Amino acid sequence: MLTSDQSTQLASFAKDIRKHTLFSIGNLGVGHIGGALSIVDLLALLYGKVMQIDPANPTWEERDLLVLSKGHAGPALYATLALKGFFPVEELITLNQGGTNLPSHCDRTKTKGIDMTTGSLGQGLSAACGLAYAMKLDKKKAFVYAIIGDGESQEGQNWEAAMFASHHQIDHLIAFTDYNKMQIDGTTEEVLNLGDIEEKWNSFGWFTQRIDGHDLSAMDMAIKKAKEQKGKPSMIILDTIKGKGAAFCEGNVANHNMAFDLNTANEAIQALK
Amino acid sequence: METKEMRGVYCDTLLSLAEADERIMVLEADLMKASGTVPFKQQFPERAVDVGVAEANLVGVAAGLSAGGKIPFAATFGCFASRRVFDQFFISANYAKLNVKLVGTDPGISAAFNGGTHMPFEDIGLMRMIPNLTILEPSDPVSLKALVRQCAELYGCTYMRLHRKAIQPLYAEDEVFTLGKGKVLQDGTDVTIVALGAILVPEAIKASAILKEQGISAAVIDMHTVKPLDEDLVLTYAKKTGAIVTAENHQVAGGLGAAVANLLSTTHPTPIAMVGIHDEFGQVGTQNWLQTYYKLTAEEIVRKALSIRSKS
Repeated sequence: MLTSDQSTQLASFAKDIRKHTLFSIGNLGVGHIGGALSIVDLLALLYGKVMQIDPANPTWEERDLLVLSKGHAGPALYATLALKGFFPVEELITLNQGGTNLPSHCDRTKTKGIDMTTGSLGQGLSAACGLAYAMKLDKKKAFVYAIIGDGESQEGQNWEAAMFASHHQIDHLIAFTDYNKMQIDGTTEEVLNLGDIEEKWNSFGWFTQRIDGHDLSAMDMAIKKAKEQKGKPSMIILDTIKGKGAAFCEGNVANHNMAFDLNTANEAIQALK
Repeated sequence: METKEMRGVYCDTLLSLAEADERIMVLEADLMKASGTVPFKQQFPERAVDVGVAEANLVGVAAGLSAGGKIPFAATFGCFASRRVFDQFFISANYAKLNVKLVGTDPGISAAFNGGTHMPFEDIGLMRMIPNLTILEPSDPVSLKALVRQCAELYGCTYMRLHRKAIQPLYAEDEVFTLGKGKVLQDGTDVTIVALGAILVPEAIKASAILKEQGISAAVIDMHTVKPLDEDLVLTYAKKTGAIVTAENHQVAGGLGAAVANLLSTTHPTPIAMVGIHDEFGQVGTQNWLQTYYKLTAEEIVRKALSIRSKS
């Protein structure tokens, strides 16, 4: 359970992440705003409380790791990392500019704090499994977190990785599905229905929970429960809203990769104050 | 010298590396028995991971292990190691600048009875398009052992074609090899045969003997590393002999032939002929039958050598 102070602090951190994400994409004029905003509350909780990290030493051997498999949400993670001090906040406006360290999709070779290169959907969970397996061999106590998209869950490789993690009882792997129920061509229900997503993960041998992905306390409790599991990987399905927190795009199926200008971004930023 | 099963040499080499370096791991996708790595699993059960019939995950997990500091050797049939997981290997391993050692077994016609579905004639071509990737195909047990050790020592992704079957050693046990540096097996002055792999390098040596009987001095190079290509060696021999024949168990388009032709055409235009697969799919048959069908023979190398010699 989060204390009232923690809740306030994390909500404020989430608000700041949203502002910087909106600004960096608005400044550029186009970007994956919808799926970036839907995971902001989770990122605020992970980097604001849950994960053991050291911004001054991004490759600290004992740190917790995050694989953002839905790599197109990179801008939200960049804002989070910058606010944590991995690199200057001023750098956020270089998003997608030639030579930047902040490319549209996460790149471990370019950005301090990015633990795995992602962007070709479906690949991140396998890498998270490999990272977690390596940690197990090295008897490290850290956790690997992974975030996959709901549309991304249509990629078969996720289910290969799901079987792998369960077979090898990788219980220090905690994955999240950003279940905002939208993908590029429409709702997930229209495009390729995910069906009973909880039962799918359950049947693959994962400890599965489903909660509100914008409720910091509920997510914190779910992560705590996931950490207590022995012999099972964890999947936390987050009911989220694509574009959460910005009226111009919230819940709009067209927000996957959307053009908007700095005025629109600034209006949304003002509204968050 | 006695023949040795190449897969046995592969496993023994990894075992010896693994004893000294706990980062070395073996990954398989339900072909551990075929790749010959069961002894590794017996000795290092936790460091040998069989992911099941799931090649995309094989490469993804290997990438993650590498990001976690391990040195994974991931093997499956060459058709799957290239065609099936190209994007996983491209993005999760190479683009991410990780250290994954991918091994494609049963190159080209050595897939024999597994037939066209399992017969990679295009894996080198696909892999050559990946920036900075090291691509190799050892021709005998001695070079295999030496080159696997070098792959382990090199930080960066590698793709190795592994002929699994028993092969006669071409080299003395203490021969020294360097990734990216071809081996001159036979010097010559009239034509150079640049060959690749456990089938064509021995054929090239045979072809050189046949040519010698006809009064033609043919050099033979074992170009075990296709990328980075040993450009200095190719150019030296192009200048010295004035004619080049490439020989490979792979499509000439995209393969060693294309790599050598690209170098020569842009630096030192030289008459060149290519022995290899010419825009065809694989099919079932014994390796011998396939070798004759696709003309991957000493006789074909001789025929091509004579044809370009007459043009030069």
